[in-house]
Formats: sequence, structure tokens, C-alpha cells
Amino acid sequence: MAEKGLAEKVAETQIWKSIFRHGPPNNARNRAAVVAGNVFLHLHPIKLKKSGVKLGYTWCMGGLTFFIFLALTVTGVLLMFYYRPTAEYAFNDIIALREHVPLGIMREIHRWGAHAMVITVWLHMFRVFMTGSYKPPREFNWGIGVILLVLTLLLSFTGYLLPWDQLAIWAITVGSNMAKATPFAGHGGPGAMLAQIGDFVMVSDKNDVRFQLLAGRFVGEPALLRFYILHCVFIPCVVGVLIAVHFWRVRKDGGISAPL
Amino acid sequence: MRELINWIADPIRSFPIFTILFFLMLKHYRVVGTKKFAWIAFLLSIPTFFWFAADPNFFLIITTPDNIPISILIILITFLTWFALYQCAVNDARLEQGLTPMEGTPENREKVWTWPNLVYTELFAIIAGTVFLIVWAIIFKAPLEEPANPTWAPNPAKAPWYFLGLQEMLVYFDPWMAGVVLPGVIVVGLIAIPYIDTNPKGNGYYTFMERKMAMTFFLFGWLALWIYLIIVGTFLRGPNWTFYGPFEFWDLHKVVAAYNVNLSEFFWIKGLGRAMPKNLLLRESVGIILSLGYMFGLPPLIARTKWGMSIIEKTGKVRFYILIGLVLLMGSLPIKMFLRWLFSLKYIVALPEWELNL
Repeated sequence: MAEKGLAEKVAETQIWKSIFRHGPPNNARNRAAVVAGNVFLHLHPIKLKKSGVKLGYTWCMGGLTFFIFLALTVTGVLLMFYYRPTAEYAFNDIIALREHVPLGIMREIHRWGAHAMVITVWLHMFRVFMTGSYKPPREFNWGIGVILLVLTLLLSFTGYLLPWDQLAIWAITVGSNMAKATPFAGHGGPGAMLAQIGDFVMVSDKNDVRFQLLAGRFVGEPALLRFYILHCVFIPCVVGVLIAVHFWRVRKDGGISAPL
Repeated sequence: MRELINWIADPIRSFPIFTILFFLMLKHYRVVGTKKFAWIAFLLSIPTFFWFAADPNFFLIITTPDNIPISILIILITFLTWFALYQCAVNDARLEQGLTPMEGTPENREKVWTWPNLVYTELFAIIAGTVFLIVWAIIFKAPLEEPANPTWAPNPAKAPWYFLGLQEMLVYFDPWMAGVVLPGVIVVGLIAIPYIDTNPKGNGYYTFMERKMAMTFFLFGWLALWIYLIIVGTFLRGPNWTFYGPFEFWDLHKVVAAYNVNLSEFFWIKGLGRAMPKNLLLRESVGIILSLGYMFGLPPLIARTKWGMSIIEKTGKVRFYILIGLVLLMGSLPIKMFLRWLFSLKYIVALPEWELNL
């Protein structure tokens, strides 16, 4: 009883009241206030259908994807303190991270989390398809989701290069060699030879899409810098914006889907 | 026995078997979607798994740190596919009796407070997710190989596992198809789904009965053409992208006969017994006509069938032709696979002069 008294006392202090503005969420008014008044919780509606809360229906995969995205952001920022994206330092920085950082599991969490996010995104799409949740009025949000899925794969793919080991450069070499075969825009693809005026080759290995991706003709230091910036800044920003749109539209399109 | 499984696992045999099992599963989803079936399958799979894992070659490949996510994925997909079919079976039985699906019962339509009902579930998911990631991170070190060396390529050089389905397609298609066109079609096709599928039923609940066609197309692409190819690309492809059975040692010197022949060679040399014409378009005319006929001649013919007319009536011509185009592009992969296996066919259209091989 004494402890409960303390909790009540804390809830009556000026500091507590200044932060939360409302009492504990044990009655209808406060339960509404806690969700509506908190910037993080207000992503949710105040009330929702019971079917939408059930794990058997949602599999929790969308929520877990967002959670892993946040976990990857946090661990990624921590890793950036230890890592320099140059051919001279990149590999050694990873070694140092492994050898000299006590209890260092941030790289492990980041790598396994990246794999886990790919899995949860796929399973989220699987669930959304199986419940027909892409049907009107949610068609547009399904499209946003597909783009987020592609961006998740690109995030994982760009991050794959950063350790700068054999696994990294050869996986990216295999992947980026595909770009060489892009019709009309890659120098090894169909149609590239049409873009030739006399001796002047318009699409060559010095200016095609693979060159733009790698900033070179092979996976070298410029590619490392390019992938680093795509991985740490550019794609996360785009993903952040699209996640906001995705969540906003979930709410605006009527919340988690349920029979009409 | 292990020899037999190695033999069956070759895509020539395992893809048709997988496809047949897939359609059997959908046809008998009410048998598959029962708890009894799940328990029997689960109990059978445990000894099978240990028997598989007892083999050193199999154990080696599944415990490679970067392959662990794929094992997790396979287990989750198997369970969730069953779980979705189970809920479909329950709902379809209800719908047949004229009841609402489970998700639509008055009890489930009732509105509940987000705090605590949803917030606590989320808190639990966050804690479970954190624990899972930390445990995984402590048990398995993130892999790190030799420093990057542009002059020495490992064999096999594999893309990240989630792209291995695409890398596996390279066996059957050139990079411009497997690496650019087909992935593009997948993305565009996925985005197009809600605009093609105008069936208003099955919105917001599990059901198979009410959307058989949509589910069959999607699940075939998802399970047979994406997940299955990733499994093959990860576990069954070794040096030189040669097939290795699950119990087979990755011997660098395994020799595989490769005698794939282009359609134009079949036609001119074997068929007509003549030399190949010099003119490129004439040389490849058969393949070009077949390919164009497949993409542009077939859809109008399908539109005249009973099935085609019913789709046009329901969704209109534009949607029908987009649907057929996507389905034919998706179907081009299994068709090319079977042609390769049955006739050792390399390219239908072989124009290496223009980098245009189909």
C-alpha cells in the first residue's frame, strides 16, 4: 500500500503533470487523452475494432517491420561512430569494431536485423494479400507498401557492401552487373548499340546505369562512398517519408482492414 | 536414401513436384487447413529435420550464418501459409452456412480502447523483438571474410540471399530479363494488383473460396517462383552455379554436361537440314514469331474463351489485357524452365549480336 501511495504522490507532482497533462489511463477519458495527447501514440486511433488487435489476423508483421527499422536506425547511427567509408579504413574499422569494442554486438544486431526486416516486410505483404486488404479503399497504400518493400531491399543491398570484404564486393558485383544489361541504358543490354552515331558510342561502360550506380566501371572506392551515402542518408530519408505516408493512409483509409 | 533425395532435389524434378504439391494444397485447402493436418506435418517434420541435419554437408550449409535467416524464413512461411489456409477454411465453412467470417462477428466488430489493448500488445512485441535480436546477435557473429580483393573472385559469387531468386533465373534467362525486366514487372505487377482485381469480396478477412483466382496466381508467384528459387539458389547451387543436392559435397570439379541448343539451330539445322541463314532476322524468325505470338497473339485468343469473356465482362478489356500480360510474363519463367529441361533449349530468340537473347 505504501508504494501505491508513492505512485499516486508522484502522479500529483508538478513535473508529472507537466509531462503527461492527464491522470493514469484507468478511465475512458484518460485512455482517450493518453493516445490523442502523445505524439508517438497518436499514430493510433483512440479505439479500434477487436479483430484488428488480434495477432491471428495481423501477424504483427507491419509493426515488427517498423520496430526493426527503428532498431536498425539506432544501431546504424552507433556504427557510424566507428566506421570510415574508404577503401583504406573500411575493413580495418570493422575488424577494430570486432576486436576492441567491449560487448560489441551492434554490428550483429544491425546485420541480423537487416535480414529480419526483409523477412517481416515480405510476410507483412503476404498477410495483407491473404486478407484482401489491398482492396478499395486501400489500393494506393498497397502501392506505397510495394515501394517500401523495394526500398527495404535496396537498403539491405547497399549496406551489404560496407564491410568491404570479399563477400561484400562480390555480392555487389553480381548484383550491379545486372544493371549493365538494362535495355537501352546499360552497355551490355539490348538496344544499347542502337544509340551509336558513327563511331560515337552513346551508351558505354563509362556512362551507363551501372556506371551511375557504382561511380565507376567496377566496385571500387567511389562505389563504397556512393553506397554509404545511399545507405545511411538518402534511402532512410525516403523510407522515413514513405512510412509516414503509409501510416497516415492506414488511418485515413479506415484503420486496420476488417469485413465491410 | 540420401542419393535419392539428392536426385529429387534437382530443380528438373523438384520444381514439378513442388508445383504439383502446391496445386494439391490449394485444391484440398480444407484438409490442409486443419489443426490435425498441421500436427501430423509438424510431428513428421521433426525427425526428418534431425535426420537431414545429421548429414555434415547439409549441416554445414544451413549453419552458415548468412543462411540462418533463410531457414527462419522457410519455417515462418510454412507455418503462416498453413495458418492463413486454416483461417480461410474456417471462414469459408462459415460463409457457406450464411454466417459472417470470424472477423465480422458482433464480438469482433466491437470497438476496444487502444490503451491498453493495442499498446500492451505492441509493448510485448517490442520486448520480444529486442530479446530475439540480442540473443541472435550474441549466438551468431556477423560474418566477415577476407578483405576485398577485386582480382580474385570467389566461386560461387552469390548476391545477397533475397536476390538469389533473381540470380537463379539467370540459369534460364539473360541478365536483361532476369535482372531488369522481370524484377520491374514484379514491382509494377504488385502495384497493379488492386486495380486489376476488382472482386469486391474477401476484403478484410481470410477466404479462399471467394477469391480463388487471385490467390492462386499470387501464391504461385510468391511460393513457387520466388521462395522456391531462393531456396534453390541458396542451398542447392555451388561452384559455377552447378546443382548440388542437399547432402552433396561442393566439389569444385563436378562436371555437368552442357549442350544447350538455340531454337534457330533446332529449326534450320536439325529440322530443315540446312545451314543457318546469314540474315539475323530470318535466322531467328521462328523464335521471334513465337515470342511475339505468345505476348501479343495469345491474349486476343484467350479473350475469346469462356474464361476470358467472363473476366472481360467483370473487369473490362483494359484490366483483362494487363492481367493476361502480367500472367504471361510470369508464366514465361516456368515455360522456359520446362523447355530447358525437356529439349535442352537455350534461347528462343538468340541474337547475341544485339545482346538480345530470349
